[in-house]
Amino acid sequence: MLALSYPVETAIKMGAVLAVIPVGALILVYVFLFKMMSHMQSRLGPMEAGFHGTLQPVVEGVKFLQKEDLIPNGADRRIFALAPLVVIIATFLIYAVIPAGPDLVISNLDVGVFYALAVGSLSVLGVLMAGWASANKYSLLGSLRAAGQLIAYELPLVLAVVGVVIQAGTMSLSGIVEAQAEGEIFGFGGIGNPYILTQFIGFALFVVSSQAELTQAPFDMPIAESELVAGYMTEYSGFRFLFFFIGEFATAFALSAIAATLFLGGWYFPGLGTDGALANLAGPIVLMGKIMLMAFFIFWMRFTYPRLREDQLQTFAWKWLIPISLVNIAVTGVLKVAF
Amino acid sequence: MSDFLRSYLTVAILGGAAFLLVGGLLGLGRLIRPRRPQPQKYIPYESGVDPVGTGWSQSQIRYYVFALLFVLFDVEAVFIFPWAVRLEELALFGLVEMIVFIVILALGLVYAWRKGVLRWV
Repeated sequence: MLALSYPVETAIKMGAVLAVIPVGALILVYVFLFKMMSHMQSRLGPMEAGFHGTLQPVVEGVKFLQKEDLIPNGADRRIFALAPLVVIIATFLIYAVIPAGPDLVISNLDVGVFYALAVGSLSVLGVLMAGWASANKYSLLGSLRAAGQLIAYELPLVLAVVGVVIQAGTMSLSGIVEAQAEGEIFGFGGIGNPYILTQFIGFALFVVSSQAELTQAPFDMPIAESELVAGYMTEYSGFRFLFFFIGEFATAFALSAIAATLFLGGWYFPGLGTDGALANLAGPIVLMGKIMLMAFFIFWMRFTYPRLREDQLQTFAWKWLIPISLVNIAVTGVLKVAF
Repeated sequence: MSDFLRSYLTVAILGGAAFLLVGGLLGLGRLIRPRRPQPQKYIPYESGVDPVGTGWSQSQIRYYVFALLFVLFDVEAVFIFPWAVRLEELALFGLVEMIVFIVILALGLVYAWRKGVLRWV
């Protein structure tokens, strides 16, 4: 890697990540929300703007840019205006620790995955702010549902990661990728040891909980359109609405990236090595492939299953996922010490 | 500046850059978007009818007890992470200690369960 001075290096990293996040979110919007959902429902989806509607996300963005920005009477104006910013900046901050190659990471924090989960849960604050400040019954109910759901599923999400941390012996995401790349399966080290093989229970817990954290169907009660119009987003219009929308997909992108890093080996591809130019060049492409795989799975669930009831959601988290994740931690710990 | 502080400085710069980007986009939107105020536009949305009462109406938060349980288990998660990183060195001693800790907390969950806290009321 070239030796750059800190300000130059940071400026390049900021430019790259600020470009990658919206583009990544728009790719998810186009590929999964516009096209995959349409084809699963036997229709074509957008076809006019660009080849097979590829420019449709850009068109939507420009459309929202021209919309009037309405703040309802009686709303807490300052909090109302601030809430989408809290959500989207919390989402941006998750990307600081996701490695796209041996040297391609904004900041390789020692507490990597812990930081990512902590920052990721900040968006609950923005959701509560939005719901309360709107002075609208639908918004208030939606944000309370969102808060109840996000705290219930935060726990299995965090506890599912502990198994991976036990196996890798580090919380740094780069360290976890290297531990997987250097791992062996019963003495065979050809493909490393992606933790999905040994932590498949943790993987299942992580995927289910991230589905709930993203408030996607079957866990989309906070924005259930048939009951609450649009939940906490009901009163938002124009660009502030777009921030919530982009924030949702950017979070989906980030959680897919974290799942790919923790369980699928991240940027590592067997045979390409763990350092040097080749790994740095191929890393982002490999990671993108794994992200799309994870996102495909998440959105497949979203388009397939009907909505749960609020009490079923809480029961599922507290009576199933949390006990299972505690047992998973204990079993992983025993196996780690035994072997 | 140490590497440790520098890595967090980078995170802070990312936060600042994100704020500038988002604020810049909002500023751009302010230049472009129209503004044609009409009183009807600013009525809170309530499925098309005039809103009844205030938006900050009372509603029963049925899952506030879950929030208390959440605090308990979130603190547990914070304790588990450092243990998980050092398990290799702590070996059997650390394992037994943590299993005792997890069992005590699981008992708390079972107690709450038996008390009907997890039941939908």
